[in-house]
Amino acid sequence: MEMSQPATTGTNVANAKKVGQYVLLLFLTFLVLGPFLLGLWTSLMPTADISKGALWSSHISLDNYVAAITTTPILRYLLNSLVISTLTMLFQVLLCSMSAYAFVFLKFKYRKQLFMLFLMTMMLPFEAEVIPNFSTVRSLGLLNHYAAMVIPFLTAAFGTFMLRQAFMQMPVELKEAADVEGLSHWQFYWHLALPYTKVSLMTLAAYSFLSSWNQYLWPMLTTFSDSFRPVQDGLRQLQGQESFNNWGMIQASAAIVVIPTLIILFVGQHYFKAGLNEGAVK
Amino acid sequence: MTITLEQLSKTYEGSNQPVLKDVAVQINDGEFFVIVGPSGCGKSTLLRMIAGLTSISSGRLLINGKVANQMPPKDRNLSMVFQSYALFPFMTVAENVGFGLKSRQLSATEIEHRVDDALAMVSLSELRDRKPKELSGGQRQRVALARAIASEAKICLMDEPLSNLDAQLRAKMRVELKQLQRSLGLTVIYVTHDQVEAMTMADRVLVLNDKKVQQVDTPVNLYQHPQNAFVAQFFGTPQINLLKADVVGHDLIVDSVLRLPLIQMRLNDSKVLVGIRPADIQIKVGPQQANARVVTVSYLGDQSVITAVLNDSQRFRIVADSQLQVAADDLIRIVGVKEFDVFDMNSKELIASQRGDVNDATVAATEF
Repeated sequence: MEMSQPATTGTNVANAKKVGQYVLLLFLTFLVLGPFLLGLWTSLMPTADISKGALWSSHISLDNYVAAITTTPILRYLLNSLVISTLTMLFQVLLCSMSAYAFVFLKFKYRKQLFMLFLMTMMLPFEAEVIPNFSTVRSLGLLNHYAAMVIPFLTAAFGTFMLRQAFMQMPVELKEAADVEGLSHWQFYWHLALPYTKVSLMTLAAYSFLSSWNQYLWPMLTTFSDSFRPVQDGLRQLQGQESFNNWGMIQASAAIVVIPTLIILFVGQHYFKAGLNEGAVK
Repeated sequence: MTITLEQLSKTYEGSNQPVLKDVAVQINDGEFFVIVGPSGCGKSTLLRMIAGLTSISSGRLLINGKVANQMPPKDRNLSMVFQSYALFPFMTVAENVGFGLKSRQLSATEIEHRVDDALAMVSLSELRDRKPKELSGGQRQRVALARAIASEAKICLMDEPLSNLDAQLRAKMRVELKQLQRSLGLTVIYVTHDQVEAMTMADRVLVLNDKKVQQVDTPVNLYQHPQNAFVAQFFGTPQINLLKADVVGHDLIVDSVLRLPLIQMRLNDSKVLVGIRPADIQIKVGPQQANARVVTVSYLGDQSVITAVLNDSQRFRIVADSQLQVAADDLIRIVGVKEFDVFDMNSKELIASQRGDVNDATVAATEF
């Protein structure tokens, strides 16, 4: 191709490419968001219309939401989940950061080997631990209680692993300066290590909250009453085994259950920005 | 506060190669002591051993006469300034300076007093509520300095504290640091790779290379009486010329056309290294009886640095008056060498030195 060729040809090709890319992106967005939006939409429709398979109804209202809140224990489920997820999140952040600190800043024998052992528990799928965990929890007499859903998840190898990485990113001079200044491990942990790894801590907090919130299998096995049942299992409970299903109401409950997840993501985004630790070194 | 190092050695775990061997020196109270050497010579390791941040493999470290090998850093009563400053990013300037004091459980008024004093000393009082990221490199460096001052430790360790600053600021800070050290009566141990910093600031310098101490001396002695070729090469800009020479009778023959007569000494070796400072070489420009050819000329304002090559292709540098009219490929003649040192060819240790005057005909290079 000659240099004197008009530049517009190149621009047209580039434009066409861009249009193609956006069409693809829009299609994928629709693919991902479609079911979600459909669910949200049906939560506003009367069950009679949903059962007919209609996508349009003349009775768009929030009736389903009112029904969900007034006729089902959905609020109790929400409270249960909130308690369980908050406790799990707080303890995971606290305990994982402490164990990660030990793996990075304390020198002890077999540190590497111990960490490997830690990582190995991460490789084990949760389903494989269900039966031993269940018998442990039963022996402790914790079935059908918050404790059954909190205690097995107080700490997680993944959290330790993630925060260990974060602590290792800290400039070694900060620890050395702290040593020379005479800071104790607690002071360094609390005043320097935690603030320095704020972003990672927030990420872990969001992650542990959401994974706790979305638990289904474990609570299903360990809870038998509405007073302790978390939301995901509560939703399942709303679908009666044989009776008529009020799909509009179930859909509305599902929408309510998603709200905290969205809040966490939006709040979390605020923290995922760079530059928090600028100025420490250089 | 004196610090004594007795045969300190460091070998890292899982390695049989020591990174430092038998370092022995005494650092006196109120001394500005500089550890200098090329990168990777172990100077930072040595400083970290003194600070207690790196363990000592063998030998003894004494602080004020007490063995301190196992003492935790905070009990050594010293402060440290890092190359990267190591400021606490989410604390203000004042908090950064006072944080260590807080952890030592001093009273609030005492802390405030010390922080104010330290910040005033480095002229940062107005920026006390800023965060480190809102400061320039030089200001961050001052915060690190203020932190060291506020600790009131009598020993201050500095690990290349000026190397991240630009050249002008560095020159200014050198002077300020030196003044600060004097007025506070601090014992400073200062690590640098920069020979100019070492020369301008130090009371005494420890030259480290190849894991070993090369020489411990005052800047003047290091320049004038280097104990080996490394030290001779390390100090002085442009670098000293190290030329291979044969010993024949009473002469050092560098090149068929450059002979240096030996007057006060006898040499047993047949081959040696001659060290000649670039400023000690006197030349004449012109093809007449020329014995070297100019390769490059660097104009530096008040002087020029000329690189020339001898007949046998050994290169050497000359510092000449910038008025001297000379260009690349000109032929020049070495007419005199003021003084020179002779080093052993293998061990690079100093064998002898000759001092004299260029006007002294016997010292001047013989003309051919």
